[in-house]
Amino acid sequence: MQQRLARGEAAALGELYDRFASLVHSQAHRVLDDDAAADQVTREVFGYVWENPDAYDPKQGSMRSWVARLTHSQAVHRLREHERAAAAESGGSAEDLEQKVRRASVAARADYIVTSMPAPLRAALELAYFQRRDYRQTAADLGVTEDEARRRLRLGLQLLATANTRVRDGSSPPGPGRRR
Amino acid sequence: MNGPLDGGRGPGGPEDMPGAAPRIPGPRAAGDDLSPPDVLPSPPPEPLAHGVLKSLLGAWALAACSTEETAAVEEHLTGCAPCAEEALRLRDAVGLLHTDRDLDLDPLLRSRVLENCLGRRPPRIPVPAWAGAYDAETARLDALLRDIGDSEWHAPVRLKWFDGEAKVSRRTTVAGVIGHLMSVDGLVASALGLGDPAGPDAPASPAERTERLWSSGERPATRSVRVPWREQGHALVRTVSFAGLGVEQLSVSYGDFALPLQDAMLDRAFECWVHADDIAAAVDYPYEPPAGAHLHRMIDLAARLLPAALAARRRAGLAGPARHLVTAGSPGRSLHLEVEGAGGGHWYIALDSPAAVGDPERTVAQIALDGVEFCQLVAGHVPPADAAAGQDGDREAVRDVLFAAASLSRL
Repeated sequence: MQQRLARGEAAALGELYDRFASLVHSQAHRVLDDDAAADQVTREVFGYVWENPDAYDPKQGSMRSWVARLTHSQAVHRLREHERAAAAESGGSAEDLEQKVRRASVAARADYIVTSMPAPLRAALELAYFQRRDYRQTAADLGVTEDEARRRLRLGLQLLATANTRVRDGSSPPGPGRRR
Repeated sequence: MNGPLDGGRGPGGPEDMPGAAPRIPGPRAAGDDLSPPDVLPSPPPEPLAHGVLKSLLGAWALAACSTEETAAVEEHLTGCAPCAEEALRLRDAVGLLHTDRDLDLDPLLRSRVLENCLGRRPPRIPVPAWAGAYDAETARLDALLRDIGDSEWHAPVRLKWFDGEAKVSRRTTVAGVIGHLMSVDGLVASALGLGDPAGPDAPASPAERTERLWSSGERPATRSVRVPWREQGHALVRTVSFAGLGVEQLSVSYGDFALPLQDAMLDRAFECWVHADDIAAAVDYPYEPPAGAHLHRMIDLAARLLPAALAARRRAGLAGPARHLVTAGSPGRSLHLEVEGAGGGHWYIALDSPAAVGDPERTVAQIALDGVEFCQLVAGHVPPADAAAGQDGDREAVRDVLFAAASLSRL
């Protein structure tokens, strides 16, 4: 994919969009909570990838995680700009801003973890949380033992909980390096 | 003796019980006995092993345990610091699950994003303009398909068309429609030298290859058809982008007729939209018409096919006789097709022969209708007699063109 993008193949750009647009848009939406702003970030992220296909280093992880990092930093960048402008008018504090950025980052990171976790874990969480099934029903629905259902729910939440720690560690992803 | 909660799973080894509270019993035999409690006044249920309680933390945080288990976990947490710490973390994590499902992506965002990219860095290998509608329509349908649940793939869909004289229909499922699209797209794929999904000896007629696919029991139509359909679509767009000059004229056979590649791609884009709309109606999903520029090309293709369709109906005795034959390439008696709305425009349809040229000066009749209405007519979804068209002039010409438009439809 990277080579095809570097070669300037428009069809590859379309495929890239088809593969990652919902990830990019939902991540941006989670941070910014605004459709138009998420559209704008989507445009910027794909613009950046198309213009800088060589910026992706496969050694640093999957293309998906790279695109998610780009999205996150671009969305947070916008959120800061927007909130700073709002704070200048209404007199909000810098701490409020940072707290908002942190909350948005955790939420977006959590979404990413949910969509990237192994499907069996996600299926268990969906049954228990969204469908309000208890773990015995979850086990029956998934055709696994109750032990296994408990294990999946716990492991799924443990993965999800890293959304909090990562951001607390301050390991926010590197930015795209260029902004418009 | 065993209480209802006695799911004791020993052996709770030492590493399993850091800071074990004194009331946690030692290793015990496994037992999954969930029989109801004794009727007799029974001793309080035995506490669960640390290992079991720990394994319940996820379910506990999600409120997915029984009342007794919940109570047991919570009691355990007061005395076991590592479990208490984990319980807190997991409960916080539950707060990160969101019930608000993501909004659907705006289907028009794709073209805006791609345009912006291509403006910033012009492609060295562009997608040909005549393949743009196919690229966009397959992407739109794919977005719908990703959004629907497993069961909706089996929702019944009634495909409708006009067989030349009357409206006909055929029942299938959402997955069956995608199989149909894929097998007919296979005509284009095989013309380009890509593999034909319908096999090397597949018939060229779209209806025959579809019926063959549907009647072959070997492939149960499930959502598993989405990925091969999508990959074939991507491969088509990619291949036509790389093909050299003149590829747009490559002939694609449909059995009784053939279209140059650029028209075949438009035809496939049109079919993709029409069937996406069928699917959307079947699963109660909103679906918009194509972008104006793409709609315009689709209408233009239908308008260009109309003179030959008229001639075919005339040969079959279904249309009035030619009135005024002219030499090939000369202006002939014409019908002014005025299409309103996005993608609209003016077309002049030669009435007496496909060899004649449509000409505003020789207009004998006029039809005015909306672009989407016209496409519904061409798809055979609206009977020609009911086409809500503004009509003027020669009534036979109007009728013949409306029927010819509907006869462009097929399975």
